[in-house]
Order: sequence, then C-alpha cells, then structure tokens
Amino acid sequence: MNLSEHLSKEILAQYGVAIPTGRLATSAEEAEASCREIDSAKYVVKAQIGAGGRGLVGGIKFAATPSAVRAEAGKLIGKRLVTDQTGASGEMVNSVYVEEAIDIAHSYYLSLAFNQHDGQPVLLCSDKGGVEFEQAARMDPAIVSHLTLPSDGGFDESAVGSFLEKVGISGNARDGVMAIAKGAAKAFFDNDATLVEINPLAVRKDGSAVAVDAKISLDGNALFRHPEFDDSTGDGQLEEQERIAQENDINFVKMSGNIGVIVNGAGLGLATNDMVVDAGGKPANFMDIRTTTTSLQIAKGINMLLQDPNVTVVLVNVHGGGMTACDTVAEGFAIAYSRSNRKPPVVVRLAGTNAEWAVNVLRNRRLNFDSFDTMGEAVGRAVEIARAGRA
Amino acid sequence: MAILVGPDTRVIVQGMTGRSGTFYTDLAIRYGSTYVGGVRPGKGGSTHIGLPIFNTVKEAAEATQANASMVMVPASKAGAALIEAIEAEIPLVVCVTERVPVHDISKVKAALQGSSTVLVGPNSQGVLTPGSCKIGVMATTDATPGSIGIASRSASLTSEILAQTSAVGLGQSTTVGVGGDPVHGIGFRQCLELFKDDPETKGVILIGEVGGTEEEDAADYLNSVDYGKPVVALIVGRHAPKERRMGHAGTLSLFGLQSAEEKIDRLASAGVIIADNADDVAAAMQAALEG
Repeated sequence: MNLSEHLSKEILAQYGVAIPTGRLATSAEEAEASCREIDSAKYVVKAQIGAGGRGLVGGIKFAATPSAVRAEAGKLIGKRLVTDQTGASGEMVNSVYVEEAIDIAHSYYLSLAFNQHDGQPVLLCSDKGGVEFEQAARMDPAIVSHLTLPSDGGFDESAVGSFLEKVGISGNARDGVMAIAKGAAKAFFDNDATLVEINPLAVRKDGSAVAVDAKISLDGNALFRHPEFDDSTGDGQLEEQERIAQENDINFVKMSGNIGVIVNGAGLGLATNDMVVDAGGKPANFMDIRTTTTSLQIAKGINMLLQDPNVTVVLVNVHGGGMTACDTVAEGFAIAYSRSNRKPPVVVRLAGTNAEWAVNVLRNRRLNFDSFDTMGEAVGRAVEIARAGRA
Repeated sequence: MAILVGPDTRVIVQGMTGRSGTFYTDLAIRYGSTYVGGVRPGKGGSTHIGLPIFNTVKEAAEATQANASMVMVPASKAGAALIEAIEAEIPLVVCVTERVPVHDISKVKAALQGSSTVLVGPNSQGVLTPGSCKIGVMATTDATPGSIGIASRSASLTSEILAQTSAVGLGQSTTVGVGGDPVHGIGFRQCLELFKDDPETKGVILIGEVGGTEEEDAADYLNSVDYGKPVVALIVGRHAPKERRMGHAGTLSLFGLQSAEEKIDRLASAGVIIADNADDVAAAMQAALEG
C-alpha cells in the first residue's frame, strides 16, 4: 500500500524527520491561500499521485508568488500524469502539495527496504540523489551503498555514522542526515513499512538536512496490527472495478484490450497473459481468483467483466489444484453468465481437480462455450473471436 | 531418495486443529505420508484426527521423533510459530500460511542464520515427493513418481507442469513451492543444489516469473558448476505491464528490477533451456533428455 507524499511526510515528521513546511490543496484557490501559512520566498507545487517519476514529466513546479502557485495548481489538478511508473493512461491528480522551496546545496538518496537475498532490513544511501536517481542507479547500481540493519529494529549510531562517512556525508551534514536516518528507520519498523524512501534528502548550505520528497509503502499483510491505517490511507488510485474485485478476494488489474481473462493463480495468470499477447491478442484484464474465493465472490468478479463494454470474448483458464477446484469456478461463472444480459462468447480450458464436473456444470446451465484441452488452443480461439469482433 | 521429503519423513503440524490444518493433514495422511502429531498451545494431551496434540514444537518433536513441520497457523502468528520450529531444531519447516507480514519473516530469516533448519515458504503450496510424502496443500491426482525435479514460485503453474510431466511419462522426483512472497526460505539455487545430488532426479524444471532475484541466483549458480542434468525454465510475465503488480508480492523489489526477458537471457546464457510457453515445458524437458 503506497502512501501519498503528504501522508508519508506527516508520518516521518512524527519520528523527528525534518520536512519542509507544506499544505495539501485540492483546488487552485486553496493552493494560493495555503501560501499564507508557508513562510517562504518561493514555493513548490507537487502533484499528489501514487506512482513515482512525476518530476521528469512536469508534476513538480516551482512558483515565485502565491498567484503563480494558483496558476500551477490549476494546471495540475484534474490532469492525468503519465510517468514511467504509471500505465499508459496515467494517474489522476486530485490534489497538490504546496511547500516552501528548499535551497539545496546537495541531494542525497536514503531509503529503508528489505534485501531479498537474506531477507534482512537494509539502509540504502547514495550521494547521487534527486529526480534522476532511479535511472542512474539502474545504469550503475554501485552508486548506492547498503548497510544491513538488525531485523528487530535496533539502530547502531556508530555503525550508521561510519556508513554515512563512506557514502561521503561528513561534518555538519552528517548529524542532520543521521537524525533523518534514525527517524526513518523507526518509522519503517514501527509501521510495518516495506519501503521508506527519502529522495531527495537535501542538505542546505548551512549543513541542515531536510526530507524534500518522501514515499512510504506499508505492508498490506500487516494491517491487522495497524488499525490506524484503514483502506482510505492508500493512494486511492484503484479503479472502481479493482475495488470491487478486492472486496471479493480476487486479484484484478485493468488493462486496455478486449479479451476478458479469468484464471486461478497468479503464475497461471501471467502465463496466460503472455500466451494471449504472443498470439496477437490484447487482454482486457488480469483476474486471478484466490484460493479462498467462494463461487458467489467469483460470480461478482465475473459479472464485472461481463459488464465491461470493452470485453468481446471471455477466456477462462483454470487448473484446479489442491485448493481451488474447477467446479467452484464453473459454478461462479455460470451464476454470473446466466444473470447477465451481456453475454460475450466464452472459451474455456479446464484442467486438474474436478475439470470434467466443471464442464458439465457449464453444459447443464446451457451456456454456449468452446472448450479445449490445452491453453494454446483456448488462447488461439479466444484471439480469433476477438479479431473477428463477434463469434 | 528424492529431495527434502520421502518415506522417512515424520511430520508434525503447527495449527493442525484449525479448519485448513485438519483438512490438509487428513488429505496428506490419506496420500500415504507419515504424520505423527500436532501442536496447539493449551491443547496438549488431547488428540485430533487420531494424532496426539502437544503444547510446544519441542515437546512434539521429542515425543514423536518428527523431522519436519507443516505450518498452517494464521498469518498473525506464523512468524512466532516458525521461530519456535527453528529453535526446536526441526530439520524441515514448510510454511503454507500466506499473507505473513514481511517484518515477521525478516526476523525468521535472522533466526535461520546459523541454524540447520531448511525453511520452505511462506505462501508455499508445499513439498511433494509423489508416492511417499506430501507436506502442503497441492493436488496429488496428477502426480506420479518419476525423474523430474520441479522448483516453482507459482502453485497454479506447478499443478499445470506436474500434470504435463506425468502425461508424457516422466513423472516427478520432488516438487518444491518456494513461495510467492518477496522474502522466503529455500530458493531455486538451493533446490538446484539438492536436485544435483539426487540420483533419482534426471532433469530440473524451474517455474519463475518477473520480479525478485530467484532466477538470477539460479543462473549464477549454474554458471559456477558443471550441473550435468538438463534444466528447463518457464519464466512468465513477459508481457505483464511493468508498472502494475500482478498477483505475487515477489514481483516488486528494489534489488531485483529485472524483467522476464532479462531473467530469460541470464538463464539461457547459463545453459538453461527456455520453454516458449506454459504448454511446452514437459516437451522441452523430454527433448532435452532424449537429445
């Protein structure tokens, strides 16, 4: 669960991390008015979206006066920003964050995350912080230094101090960066975060350090320990369909094609998606029915797909395993299909546990469908129907 | 022989008295595996589906000579259950529980350092040696004892490939679900090491996907040894939109931002045969074994 910039900073501030003075605004007028509460000679207006990369596509604007803030906010709010981390349709900007502009003497990158190799928390730091950090780090991972932290949340100041020295942060700046690292680490452990990222971490000419941009991702699996973060804490960028799917225990990602795809299991879903695209088709979605999903929940998920005007054919690829039997999916499918007034052609490939039974469930409901034994054949037929428009 | 589990495996279940614990323990026993007890704090001394229940893993291990534990406790208690099993020095711990907080697994990984326990999972469908032992929740209908080792990040694709390898007559030595979470126990690399030393295993299939570092670690290992057995990989997610997480949490990482294509290149240059798609995996293995 990705938190917005302003929420991430609010949390970090509670842990003693220095942040610029800022206000959230949902309209150009509000943005202008918020300048009165910000003691600064110039301002920054930042689009609040969940994805990163906004700095490179005009999502961060400097403004010298409150009226310039108003103008920039007006241009950003209500616009969709497309960055290299959003989809092609981008993300809607519903609000902006107006901040004092910081005179940056040097930009660092600092984050806390998990090292996948040993599963231990790690502090990452680089003296090449800023909007182009990610691209630079991808080109040359050696610009980032790592320090493994104890998994129980302990923070050894002398170890972190010599680590920061190694990164090239010394003197006045070191104390400020240390305070930020300490607060960020505590926020990481206390809140079950999977990522706390500060970029840029700015050091001013006087050596004081401040978190100019921040991003926190929380572990959705740990929310039972954090009733303070309810669903509204997220970045709110879920499409309506994705929200319905989530409520029904289905992993759903909306895509731009016309083939509605229903599978059980993430791996099988990715495999099916690959095969559809390889065959020249365009999936309308990724829908993975979780193992604990009931047939009624499946019906709700499938109904959503049937109602999608972009979907011209539905491909059901289920391998009944130890937890999801084919007939559960077939039952859910049959319920949704018989109730729906929109009935696109259906191609199924059912294998594994209770596959034959599942085919009978569909037949008994007098559903019109093509059934195949292999994924390749089913995918091929679905793509063919999608191309023809109608079966 | 096989790897990790076999006829000599004696399994206890942490969380056996719950609904899924009961259901899957029963199925595994019907399959012919040796289950010797369960752990449920406060219920020690009682029995459940014919097996003795103990208050702690240590007591259960001492009384039953168990050498493996299947962990099916709820996610909020899974981390503590795993650490208890590690401290009781259970040689093999298989965690089926999904949605375990990553901070908890991080502490489990710290407890594993210097211990002799092998952890599989969390969020794993389990380990299966067809015909002798099942620890986990996978279907066994299509499993047949045979010569192919399977290590997989995906439960659904394991079912698929298992059925394929049975259909072409190869069968499986052991299947291992390494789990779909970003931080987990045993990985492809350790599976490859174990399968290399297993005389029953004639070839290994890796089922990987976009994200994480499993495939890169496997490629590095294969480059460092003369493996001597064909390795076939199916890597899915070639056409997954980069910006969106599809399913497994393991697909997002700061350390492993490599795409499916990059993984495929790394594995191919380490001598791994890449299956074009999910339908072709067993055929690719068959061709490699015959060639």
